Amino acid sequence: MTFRQIGVPLAALVLFGLFWEWLVWVNGWPNYKMASPSDIWPAFWKFRGLFLEYGWDTLWRTVAGLLLAVVFGVFLGMVMGLSKTMRDALYPLLVGFNAIPKATVVPIVALMFVGQHDMNTILIAFLISFFPIAVSVSIGLSTLEPEYRDILASLGASKFTIFWKIALPKTLPEFFGALKVAVTLAFIGTNLMEIVEPHGRGLGHLFDSGKISADYPLMFAVLIALALMGIVLYYVVVALEKVFAGWAERNPG
Amino acid sequence: MTNLIDIKGVRHAYKTPSGPLPVLDGLELSVPEGGFAAVVGPSGCGKSTLTRLVAGLMKPDEGEVWLHGDLVKGPKSTVGMAFQNPVLLEWRTILQNVMLPLEIVSTGMNKREQEDRARHLLDLVGLSGFEDKRPSELSGGMRQRASLCRSIVHKPEVLILDEPFGALDAFTREDLWQTMHKVKAEEPFTGVLITHDLRESIFLADQVIVLSGRPARTQYVMDVHLTGERDIEMLYTAESAEALNILRQQIRIAQGRDAA
Repeated sequence: MTFRQIGVPLAALVLFGLFWEWLVWVNGWPNYKMASPSDIWPAFWKFRGLFLEYGWDTLWRTVAGLLLAVVFGVFLGMVMGLSKTMRDALYPLLVGFNAIPKATVVPIVALMFVGQHDMNTILIAFLISFFPIAVSVSIGLSTLEPEYRDILASLGASKFTIFWKIALPKTLPEFFGALKVAVTLAFIGTNLMEIVEPHGRGLGHLFDSGKISADYPLMFAVLIALALMGIVLYYVVVALEKVFAGWAERNPG
Repeated sequence: MTNLIDIKGVRHAYKTPSGPLPVLDGLELSVPEGGFAAVVGPSGCGKSTLTRLVAGLMKPDEGEVWLHGDLVKGPKSTVGMAFQNPVLLEWRTILQNVMLPLEIVSTGMNKREQEDRARHLLDLVGLSGFEDKRPSELSGGMRQRASLCRSIVHKPEVLILDEPFGALDAFTREDLWQTMHKVKAEEPFTGVLITHDLRESIFLADQVIVLSGRPARTQYVMDVHLTGERDIEMLYTAESAEALNILRQQIRIAQGRDAA
C-alpha cells in the first residue's frame, strides 16, 4: 500500500467534504434542503446505537438476499446456458420479470407475508439482484468455444467433468462482474422494503423515521451510512474476485 | 499390414435449415501403426469433420471408422487432440494445463510420475522454465508447444492435429515442424495432421491425402519418401519440388480449376 493507494482517495474524500460544507454555507441552505457534513455527524452520533443495530439488520438481510440470488442465479444460468431449449423457454419470462419495477412488487410482497419483516426484505433483495447473475452465467456457458469442450470430451470425460473443470472456471470473470452489479441492486432492494414496510427494522426504517420526525440531518446520515456499507460489500466482492478469478487480470506490459 | 486407423466409405451431411449439407462423400483413409498422414484439401471441404469422426466426437451417417481394430462408437482415451487454437486454460499454469488429460484418463502413473512426465515433455519442446507461467504470459508459438505436450501427455495411440500451426508466423511454424520430428522420435504415435500447407504436409508426414472439394472424398494419396536429414533444407531439393508440384496440381483439381 503506497501513498497513492491510500492517501489520494482519502485526500479526495476530505476535499469533497470541504466543498460540500462550503456549498451549503455559501448558499445559506437550510438543513431540510441540503444538510452539510457538520450537521450529519451530530445526527449520526446521537443515534449511534440505532445505526449499529439497524445497520447490522440491513447488512445481513442484503447479504442473505445476495446469497440466495447467487445460488438461484447460478442455477438458472446453468440451466439456460447448457440447454438451448430451456434458454428459449425461460428467457422471455426472465426479461419480462426483470422489466417489472421492483418498487411495485414491494407492497405486494409486504401483504403476502405480513409481519415477516426479515423474510420480506431478503425476498426483495433477492428478486432484484438475481437477474444479472443468471444472464452472465448463461452467456458465459453458452459461448464456450467448442474446442474447450472437445479437449476433454475427446478423452471421454463426462458432461459434469467438462462443466466442473472448464465451463465453470471460465465463467467466473463474468460471474464476478455480475456480482458487483448485484451487490448494489441488493442494497436497493433491502432499502425499498425497509422504507415501505411499517414497523420494520434496518437503515431504511431509520430513514423513514427521520422523514416522519422531520429530522433531515438524520436522513442524510442514513444515506452516508448506506454508501459506506455499499463500499465495504463491493470491495468484499472485489477481494473474492482476486482470489477466485485473479487469473483473468492481465499484468500490464 | 494392419492399420491403426481405418476409415471406410464415410459419408456425412450436416442438417441445415435449407436441407442437408453433404460434407464427406466416400472418404477412405488408412494409416499404419506409427504412420503419420497429412490431410490436405480446399478450405471448407470437411477436414475438421474428419478429425471429429476419428476422435469419436460424432458419428458418420454412413461408413465406419476403426481404431486399432475397434469400431469407433464414442470418444476414446487413446486419442490426443490439438487444434489451431491452443485452448489452454487461463486459470492454470502451463504445467497444470499439460497435466489436464491425466485427470481424466487413468494411466497408472502416480502424481509424482505424472508431474515428471509433464515436465519432461515441456523440456522436450523447449519450454523448460515456463512450467509455472500462465498461458497469457506465453507467445503464440509457445502456447502451441504447450498444447502439443497436453495432447500427448497421456500417451495416446492416435494423435489428431487440426491445423495446429495454422495461426503461427512462418518462422515459428518451421521451428515447430522440427519440434514435431523431435517429439515423434521420442514419443511414438500414429498421427493425422490436417493442414493447408503443402510444405508442412511433406515435411512432417509419410503419407499425404488430398481431399476433393465439398463433399469431400479421397482424391489422391501420395507416399512421401524424402531422403536425407529432416531439416528445412530438405524442402528445397528437386525431389521435394516435384512432390509439391504434384500436390499443388491435385489441389487445383480438387478446387475444380483443372480437369482430372
